[in-house]
Amino acid sequence: MELKIKNLSKSFEGVKAVDDLSLELKSGIVNGIVGPNGSGKTTFVNLLSGLLPYDKGVVVIENTKIKKMKPFESLGYGVTRTFQDVRLFEQMKVIDNILIVLTKKDVFGSLFERQSDYQLNTALDILKKVGLYSKRNELALNLSYGQRKLLEIGRALATKSDVYLFDEPFAGLFKEIKKDVIKLINELKKENKTVILIEHDMDLIRELTDQLFVIDAGKLLASGKSEDVLANKKVIKAYLGN
Amino acid sequence: MDYLVHILILFSIYGMLAISLNLVVGYSGLLSVTHAAFYGIGAYATTLLMINLDLNFFLSLLIGMVFSGGTALLIGLVLSKFKDDFYAIASLGFNVIVYSIMLNWQTLTRGPLGIPAIPRPSLFGFSFFGNFWFLILVLFFLIITYLIARSIVNSSFGRVLKAIRENELATQIFGYNTKYFKLTIFVIAAVMAGVAGSFFASYVSFIDPSTFTMHESIFILSIVILGGLANLRGAVLGAFILIILPEALRFLGLPNEIAAQSRQLIYGVILVLLMLYRPQGLIGEFKLK
Repeated sequence: MELKIKNLSKSFEGVKAVDDLSLELKSGIVNGIVGPNGSGKTTFVNLLSGLLPYDKGVVVIENTKIKKMKPFESLGYGVTRTFQDVRLFEQMKVIDNILIVLTKKDVFGSLFERQSDYQLNTALDILKKVGLYSKRNELALNLSYGQRKLLEIGRALATKSDVYLFDEPFAGLFKEIKKDVIKLINELKKENKTVILIEHDMDLIRELTDQLFVIDAGKLLASGKSEDVLANKKVIKAYLGN
Repeated sequence: MDYLVHILILFSIYGMLAISLNLVVGYSGLLSVTHAAFYGIGAYATTLLMINLDLNFFLSLLIGMVFSGGTALLIGLVLSKFKDDFYAIASLGFNVIVYSIMLNWQTLTRGPLGIPAIPRPSLFGFSFFGNFWFLILVLFFLIITYLIARSIVNSSFGRVLKAIRENELATQIFGYNTKYFKLTIFVIAAVMAGVAGSFFASYVSFIDPSTFTMHESIFILSIVILGGLANLRGAVLGAFILIILPEALRFLGLPNEIAAQSRQLIYGVILVLLMLYRPQGLIGEFKLK
């Protein structure tokens, strides 16, 4: 599923966090987004997932033009995300953190819905995939930091969305867990999903992404094939500093 | 025996109130301090329909449920604009408003004079006038309330409520319009509280606004917190303890006035101790954050 962003803008009390941004994010590849702290990357993800309303611009998913989106509508457009600061359902079991994604979304449908074997097995399969099967009956708050990140990714995978927004999924992870996350992201790429990865680690960006966008002060500084962008002198000077 | 039946009737009424409030506070994380308002609306609606229109208790009960639920819908719509501490304060405000209406709309409620001679239920010629039969009836409704609440919390809807309590924004990201979920559980809980109010009015045969103040809301909240947040059996346990406890004080031989003051003191101490050492209550599954 292709995602086109046209002239997207967002200001906070006059300060432009995202400034007339236009991008085309392709499916079947990993689209990297980099930029210094405060450059507007997370604001961009918040706009794409409906957490913030945009002031101007339009998001086009396949042929659907979206001029405004509420958080609970984003999944309907095939968009899911993880958060920079992990947001789990802490005082719920690990398995319930996945099951919540799989159940009916309307009030009356969910009132009369009982957990099916299909839902349970799907959730267990996801937990196996992210390596948390053995933790399924523990409360999410008892997981380690790395396991929490994995559970959040698992929760996103359970949506079977077309567009995945990963906001710094590698931050603070040990090498071993990083490998697991890399594997999961590559699987999504193989499934022809649109993966959008915000990341600071340039080695990971080089290894994982196919297309790269550099944002600075809410504006698009450079874009193109990752290796080309990373070799771009303008980018090196403005962002990498050497 | 009569004394025991009296205690069990009160326990059943407060059990219904605690179960319903637990759905809102324990499962959904909405710190509502307005439950006594719906309890009062149920009591007044049933009473006025029985006395003024000579309707049967059960028909009045049904209409009372509609009144409690309808009021909750309106109040819930306003409360949906608030979160956390602001939610609690605004809900408290609504309890004060409803209490003031009960107190001042004297042509309807007789204000502080209250309404006496409220009849007991009767069905197909059988009267629940005797306390024992009234107990059977109210226990039946307590069990029904428990089963409905259990069905709700075991459904996908119940899981969504817990998710909202844990992180509303993350719940929305997974496709849930959380506003409707919060509103629905608030209305369901209010309807249940209305049922408890109808039974209370019919049991004591006299109501006045002083029963439905914010103190009563706080008392019901204390039951829920003591027994256990997000645990229906906890709500029943809490009701049992806090209804029995004051009765136990009688056997200490304290003068009535001192005993009454002691109850308030004990409730306060229990709440402080729970917050310090066991914020999820005795058998609760959710710790207040």
